[in-house]
Formats: sequence, structure tokens, C-alpha cells
Amino acid sequence: MGIQVAYILASVLFILGLKGLSHPRTAVRGNLTGAIGMLIAIVATLLDKNIISYEYILVGTLAGSVAGALFALKVKMTAMPQMVALFNGFGGAASVLVAGAVLSESLLRGGEGGMQFLVATAASGLIGAVTFWGSLVAFGKLQGLITEKPVRYTGEQVVKVLIFLLALYGAYRTTEGKGNVEWYWIASGVGSLLGILLTIPIGGADMPIVIALLNAYSGMAAAATGFVLNNSILIISGALVGASGVFLTKIMCDAMNRSLPNVLFGGVGKVVESIKADDIYGGKVKATTPEEVAMLLKMARRVVFVPGYGMAVARAQTPVRILTEAMEKDGIEVEFGIHPVAGRMPGHMNVLLAEENISYDKLKEMEAINDTFAQTDVVIVIGANDVVNPLARESSGTPISGMPILNVDKARTVVVIKRSLAPGFAGIPNPLFAADNTLMLFDDAKKAMENLVKAYREAA
Amino acid sequence: MENFLQIITIFILAIFVGVEVISKVPPILHTPLMSGSNAISGITLVGALISAGMQASTLTIVLGTLAVALATVNVVGGFLVTHRMLSKFRKKG
Repeated sequence: MGIQVAYILASVLFILGLKGLSHPRTAVRGNLTGAIGMLIAIVATLLDKNIISYEYILVGTLAGSVAGALFALKVKMTAMPQMVALFNGFGGAASVLVAGAVLSESLLRGGEGGMQFLVATAASGLIGAVTFWGSLVAFGKLQGLITEKPVRYTGEQVVKVLIFLLALYGAYRTTEGKGNVEWYWIASGVGSLLGILLTIPIGGADMPIVIALLNAYSGMAAAATGFVLNNSILIISGALVGASGVFLTKIMCDAMNRSLPNVLFGGVGKVVESIKADDIYGGKVKATTPEEVAMLLKMARRVVFVPGYGMAVARAQTPVRILTEAMEKDGIEVEFGIHPVAGRMPGHMNVLLAEENISYDKLKEMEAINDTFAQTDVVIVIGANDVVNPLARESSGTPISGMPILNVDKARTVVVIKRSLAPGFAGIPNPLFAADNTLMLFDDAKKAMENLVKAYREAA
Repeated sequence: MENFLQIITIFILAIFVGVEVISKVPPILHTPLMSGSNAISGITLVGALISAGMQASTLTIVLGTLAVALATVNVVGGFLVTHRMLSKFRKKG
């Protein structure tokens, strides 16, 4: 009885915590609210009479707390996507182990678990294993341990479908009779393979979708474990996280103009290149210098930065912030236009810019900033490409047709900081680079920004 | 069966609450949302505590303890890293 009340309280705190995330002002408190809910759920569970021994629990929690705290305090903000992927994976692994332990235990006691118990156990093992290994692969890709390029091979889809069916078969055998623990581990093993196979073909630009999806999986795994233990708090929290993950996955897919099956089973890059780069760029691209851009900025009243993953890779946030502060001092209005899929995870650019102490009310989402480009004197595109490609708007038959983009070409002048005219992930040329109002500043993002800061300070 | 219907009801209602609450989170906070909800999915820790505390066979204890450790990393790391991120979001002036 007491424990149920505690679980209800914890659930309410989780929901209030997530609600707090609806505004940066209340978000810190929201996160703390969630943490308190977690503490209540844990303490209530520990005090419940079902628990006989505490020494192993103590060892486990101590080890986990130290490791978790070390990770969380040491990690750099730029490494946040892989950190989230890793934590995600640990939750999935815990689900596999818990369901496995409970199944063994049930069999030792004569196995009186019913159908719900067995199906949930199999699901817990399977989803947990996919989450764990999928997250590890995502971590490896983001950390640069494995290639970020899509790993594709012939017969890929057939292999994936076969492995998936095999995993389902293993799950089915797990539920036989009073439960079969050998098949449980086989199913989890096949699930692990499936997790790897589903993530390894996915390329860098699709990472935000994968991370969101793995987040959803980890919620579903927790909910499945809740059905194993008939435990309301696991089911509720799992459902909340699952909903969050699915919701983010959908936003990311919409923002990239892709369907989820298309991301999971591939297809991008196969579009025939009907647009020749030379036809678009030939003689129309204008290169500029930091000095010229500095002059333009000096005369501007409103400047918008459009950052992409290239800014994060080059670690150019700091000079961006310095230039922002210098321009604001001169009375220039500066804002940031952020595409939903910029970076390697949802909201990645916002975190990087917030870390630079850039006020969050200057970080604008796509819908909010698109109408203001016509009144913007200079847009500085830094490390972004496909998300500012007007082809998405104007023609059909390209991989990005119909994708929502930032309409930077409506601004008076667009400065694109980029090392070369190389295409982005979509593999198509960008007419923005050849537009009349576009100037190209060819350089590494960080070097270009540092030169720009210098030139701006020297310009009278 | 009755019990099953009861918990499936809770599950479905929780999904609706989740969608409702999360659709209000602005894109600017999507990364903290992910890491924060990720920390909440570390609730598996409760299950891990139950299985580690049963103390029936050595296997259960080993699996349970390992699960406790992994889920704790998820919970502690998740909430801490979210806190670190959120405390960077400041408004000037």
C-alpha cells in the first residue's frame, strides 16, 4: 500500500518535471523535480519488505553513482550526443539483465508466471538488447570510433529482416511452457545483433533521428520490464519516455523530409544527380574576404547566424560569441536561426550556444525566424548546407524537395563560411552559393570566424 | 486478466500524458529533454533493486547487481548532465 502511494507521487513528479522543460526559465527546477521523484521511487522500493539483502545493492549503486557522476561532470558539451547515447544504452542493458534475473528466479520457484509475465520478459530482453547495442554503435559513430558514413552492403535488407524474424522466434520460444531461460538469452543475443545491424548503416546526418529513436526504445524497454514485475512506476515512466522519444523522432523525420522506414532501411544518396554542379556554380560564385564581410557587418542593423554541425566540428562557437558581443555593443541586432536537425542530436546547436553564454531568447527556431530574413541585412551561414538549400523549395526530384529550410536567401546579403563548394549530406549542389546576394568565405569555420572578429575590430 | 487490463490502462493513459506534456517542450530544449527523459528511463533501477534484493540464487544476485550498477549510471549521470546543460541556458538583460 505504502509503496503504491510513493509510486504515484513519483509519477506525478516525473510528469511535473517534464512539464518544467517547457521553458528555459523553469527547466532547471523541472529536472530537479524529476530527480526527486526518482529518489522517492528508489527509497520506497528499498524500504519495501520484498528486499532481503542490501549489501549487493549498495555495491551496485555506489559503483553506478560514481561512474555516472564522473561521466556527467567530465563530458564536454560538444560530446553530449554520444554521452546521451551511452546512458541510454545502459538503461537498455539493465532491462535485459532484470528480466533475465526475474525469469531465472521465477523458474527456480516453480515458474508460476503467466502469459503477461513471459511475453513482457521476452519483450524486455529483446528491446533492451536492441537499445543497448544500438546505443553503443551510435556512441561509437559519434565518438569517431567507427565510421560515421553509412555502412551498406548487398542483401542488407534481407539480412535485417531475417535477423528480426529470428529474434521474434527466440522471443516466442522464451514464452513456451513456464518460460525458457536459454531461449531468453538467445533472443537477447539475436536482439543485440539486430541493434548493431539497424544502427550501423545510418550516416552522420541522420544521427539526430537515431538518438531520438533509441530514446524511445529505452522507454519501451523500461515499460516492458514494468509489465514483467507488474510495477506501475516502471510502466508509467517507460510510457512517458517512449512517448518523448517517438515524438522527437517524428519531429526530426519531418524536419529532414524523411520517413522513418526511409531512415532505417536507407534510400538517401540513391537519387540520380540530375543537377550538375557546374551548371549552377559556373562563374557565378563570388568569394569574399574577412575584411569585406567586416565592412558589411559594420553597416548592418540586423545580423542572423545560421549554425550547422560544421560549427560544432570546428569548435567555432567561441569566436561566434565574441563577434556577437562586439556587434551588439555597436547596436546591431543579432539572432541565431536554428534548424531542427542542425547538429547530431535534437537541440544540439542550442546547447553549444547556451554554453557560450549566448542569451537563450536570441536562439530562434525555424518558424520564428523565417519571416524575419527579409528584414535582415547580413546572414552568416556557418557550417550548414542542406538546411539552407533553396532547391528544397523550388524544384521537385531532389532528395530534399519539400524539406523545410531556413529562407536565408531572402536576406540582403548572405555570407557562407565553408571550406569548399562540396555538397552536404544530400549530395546535391546548393544554388544559394551562386546567388547574386551571396558571398562565399572559403575557410575553416573557426579560422574564418577568428579572422572575421579581428577584421571587425580593425574596421573603423 | 483484470490486473493486466488495469496496468495496460495505466500504460495507455501515461502515453497520452507523455505526448501532451512533451509536445510543449520548445526545440531549444530538445537536448535536455532527451537526456532528462533518458534519466527517467533509468527507472529500470527500481526493477533492478527488486531483482538484486531477492537474493535467491547466485545468478540472480550477479545479474541484479550488474543491473543496479548500469541503471544507476543512467539515473545519476542522466540527471546530472541535464542539470549541467540546463544551467547554461541563461537570459541576459
